[in-house]
This record gives sequence, structure tokens and C-alpha cells, in this order.
Amino acid sequence: MNRGMLWLLALLAAAVMPLVLSSYHVDLATRILIFAVLAMSIDVLAGFVGRTSLCHGAIFGVATYVVIWAMAKAGLPAVPAFLAGVVAATLVAALFGLLAVRTSGVYFLLLTVALGMVVWGICLRWTGVTGGENGLRGQDMRPALLLARENFYWLVLAVAALAAWAMQRFVNSPFGLSLRGIRDSESRMRALGYNVPLHLFVGFAVSGFFAGVAGAMYAFFNEYVSPSSVAMGQSVAGLLMAIVGGVGTLFGSFIGAAAIILLENTVSWYTDRWQAVLGLVFILTMIFAPEGILGTIRRLGAVTRRAR
Amino acid sequence: MPAALTLTEVVVAFGALRAVDGVSLSIPAGERRAIIGPNGAGKTTLFQAITGMVQATSGRVVFEDADITALPPHRRAQRGISRTFQITNLFPTLTVRQNLFLALRGLAPGKFSLFGQPKITAMEAARTEAALLAARLVGREEIEVRALSYGEQRQVELAVSIVNQPRMLLLDEPAAGLSPNERAMVAEVIRALPRDITVVLIEHDMDLVLGLVDQVTCLHEGRVLVEAPPSEIRGNPAVQEVYLGRARHAAG
Repeated sequence: MNRGMLWLLALLAAAVMPLVLSSYHVDLATRILIFAVLAMSIDVLAGFVGRTSLCHGAIFGVATYVVIWAMAKAGLPAVPAFLAGVVAATLVAALFGLLAVRTSGVYFLLLTVALGMVVWGICLRWTGVTGGENGLRGQDMRPALLLARENFYWLVLAVAALAAWAMQRFVNSPFGLSLRGIRDSESRMRALGYNVPLHLFVGFAVSGFFAGVAGAMYAFFNEYVSPSSVAMGQSVAGLLMAIVGGVGTLFGSFIGAAAIILLENTVSWYTDRWQAVLGLVFILTMIFAPEGILGTIRRLGAVTRRAR
Repeated sequence: MPAALTLTEVVVAFGALRAVDGVSLSIPAGERRAIIGPNGAGKTTLFQAITGMVQATSGRVVFEDADITALPPHRRAQRGISRTFQITNLFPTLTVRQNLFLALRGLAPGKFSLFGQPKITAMEAARTEAALLAARLVGREEIEVRALSYGEQRQVELAVSIVNQPRMLLLDEPAAGLSPNERAMVAEVIRALPRDITVVLIEHDMDLVLGLVDQVTCLHEGRVLVEAPPSEIRGNPAVQEVYLGRARHAAG
């Protein structure tokens, strides 16, 4: 069975899920899909450009803020509000990209942390627009057709699948190959005639666009946003999902998001200290499966194929 | 013969150290030129200044009648300056074919297609095949570079630098660390390059160099010590003093 068939089956399985799951679990599955898109957008940079971002949670949150603000305060209909959120996130990502493209390694990481904190600070202090610590609440944001949580789930599934397919095409395009070239050797890329900062900038903006898509969907899912949605924890969660799923595998983000969100939900039934458990799982992943879940499966698959 | 490359009083200073200290050179189009000199003479730094990897502190770099002193490296590459690196500098996680594809697209407008599979034009395919053939890599195309032997990686380094049919090729110790057989092969590849490509070569292997080039420039402490045809280089007392002589001492 080839890989395309496998993903088609996974998509089908995901599509019939609302028919068998409780409404609580449908919400959980919706959340997983949204965060998988965020994790994938981070993986585009981490896995294919070699740049680990800790501000994608903020980019995601900007989209959430803008969508809820546009509907609750500016009175925009759902679709324009959604688009406004994605555009705002892409613009913020482009601005961050301008600042971040000349750095790499730990400097890139630190700069993205700082940029994320700027967004968080603005959301916290600009109370007139963002509602400060109270955040913003939307009301009846979803169009009538999407009020049923199954319908909303199916739409999120469709958007997530489309986004995943688009990101897959992006990293395998000639431009995506140039990003992988930059990951491997910036100096060789410059010697070959590539404008490295420009390519990094475009890569960052594209990645931010997808984080914005996830954030805009989250606005309709949650109908509430507060500074914790743009805080560093959000970025860390997204990155963790990408790492647990497997950096550089792209689709691994679905597995990583499912693993972490389900774990969080299960463990928090039993103890308030679910973050300690999450930390432990993360450490174990790093030791025993540093390529992440999907990365490890692929490696084992390659080994068995070779053994035959 | 018009000059392909003219350097005028080029200085590259790192703080107080003047790695290149006022080098003037003129290389006619199509010439094979060797840059020799002991370690620390400034050979690689001179390459860096020509390709733009470091900016000349002062002086002028003129390539085919255009002043390129202030251009960033990618703009110089677009003018047809190609180079290899002394320390293999490839894309280790990509295949040989992908390495060549990136080299081709570096100078092509198609590098900004953001979506879909790379589609190779007939011309790109022909150039890829020619480079694979020239660097004797036929049959190794689909292997990731990190899985190749060191010698093969040096061959890829060559293939990547010639696949675009550059106007000028800068080779930084292309044969360093290779076996005698592999060195002979590298010499063969260089000899087979079209004569309209200007080739500048840094190399320590005198036998390899002197059989390949038209003219030799010997650098010493960042300055041009001697410029002479290869037949006169071995006998030149100044060169013997700083270079060959020292090697003889070391060998003895």
C-alpha cells in the first residue's frame, strides 16, 4: 500500500469519527486538528529550514484575536473575519520574518521568543482593543450551518487536510528544496546565486500563513481569546507536538497533536499535575524516539524493507 | 585577451590582521591560473573576496568590465562566478541530483515556484547529465551526499560548480585529501573544461598544478610574491624560499 492510500484511509477514518464519538470527544478531535495545523506550520520551519520558532503560538493567537475582534467589535460576517485573521497573522509573520531571517540557531530561537513576548505584552496591555486580561468573547460566531459540532468538525477536517496537502506540496516544491538547501549549507546556497535572506523571509511568511489558518479556526472553535492564547506556552505546545510527531515528517504533527492533547485530557482526570507527566513523556521521547513517533515508524519501516 | 577578472589593491583585514594585503591581479578570459603559497598566505581569503563571502576592506574587484566589489555573493554567482570550497560544502541530506538541481535553479527564475513537484527542463536535464558525466558520478545520482565517500563528495563539489557552465570557476584545493588516482581524475575534469571558462585554482600539489595551468601567482603574507608561467616557478628563488624550500625542509 502506498503512502497516499494510507493518508486517504486516515482521512476517511477521521471523517466517520463524529458518527461514533461522544460530543465531548468530537470537540477534542476538533482541537487536535487545529493544533496539528499549528504544529505543521512550525515543522515547515523546524524540519525543512532548520529554524526552530517559538513565536508561532503568538502568530496563531493574533489570528484568533483578529477574528473574534472583527466579529464581536467590528461586526464583520464570519468569512471576512476569518480571512482578516489569516491576513493579520501572515503580516505579523512577515514582519517577524524581516527581523529574524538574518539569524540562525540559538539567536533565531531567542529572537522569536522575544517577538512572541511583544505580542503577548500588547494583548495584555492594549485593553481598549484586546480586553486585557479578560480577553475577548465572541457570541454565536459560527454560521447556522456550522452550529452542530459534527458539521464544524468536518469543516475543520477539510481545512486541515487542505492545509496539510498544501504544506506538503510547498516543502517538496523547488522553493521548498531551496529551503532545505539553506538548512544544509547557507554559504553554498549564496555561492550558487540564492538570495538566502529573501528565501528565509518567504518561508517564514508562508509558515506564518498556516499558523494563522489554525488560529482563525481556533477562534470559531473556542469563541474566546485571552493573552494565554498568544503566550509562550502556546508556541511551546505547538513545537512539542511537532517534535513528538517527528520533526521533518510534516504529517507527524497530526500524531503529535493527538498524543499530547489526549494525554493532557486523560491525565488531568487523575491529577492536576498533568504537565509533569507531559514533561516526563517528552523526556522519554527524546531518549527513545528522538525522530518522533512518525519518524521512528518510518525508520523502522525502512529497516524492515531493507531486511527483506 | 581582455581580462576576465581584475583585482586592484584588494585588502581584506580582520581586525589588525591583513589576510589579503594589497593584491593586484589581472586574469585574462579563458586562462588557467594557479594561486599558490604557504598556509596563511591569504589564498582562500582572496577567493572569499572575489566571491563576496567577505567584503574587501578596500580595493576594487572587477569582473568582465563590471565593478562587483560591493555585490553580495548571490549577485556575483548570477554573473557567472562559481566556486568550490576547500572544506566540502554540499547539501548532505539531499541526493546528488537534488544538489545539482539547486545549483541549476540558483541562476534560474524557477527557484520561486512555491508549489508542486520540481519540473526539470530539457536544458537542465542535459546540463545535469553533462556534469554527472564530467565528474564521473553517473549511477550515483539518487544517493544522499552524506552517504558518499569523501572522494565522491569532492566529485559532487566539482559537478555542482560546473553544472551551470560558469564564466569563471574558482577551485579551492579540489584535490586535497584525495588518493593519487582521484587526483588524476580531478586534473582530468579540469583539463576537459571548455576553454572559454576562466579557471582559478588553489592547490598545494605542485605536480598537479604545474601540468594544468598557464600562469602561476604565488602569494605570501597576503601579497603577490611572484607571477610567472609554471615552467619558471620551480626555479624561482623567492618561491623556493617561502614555499618549495620550506616543503623540502619539512620533508627532510
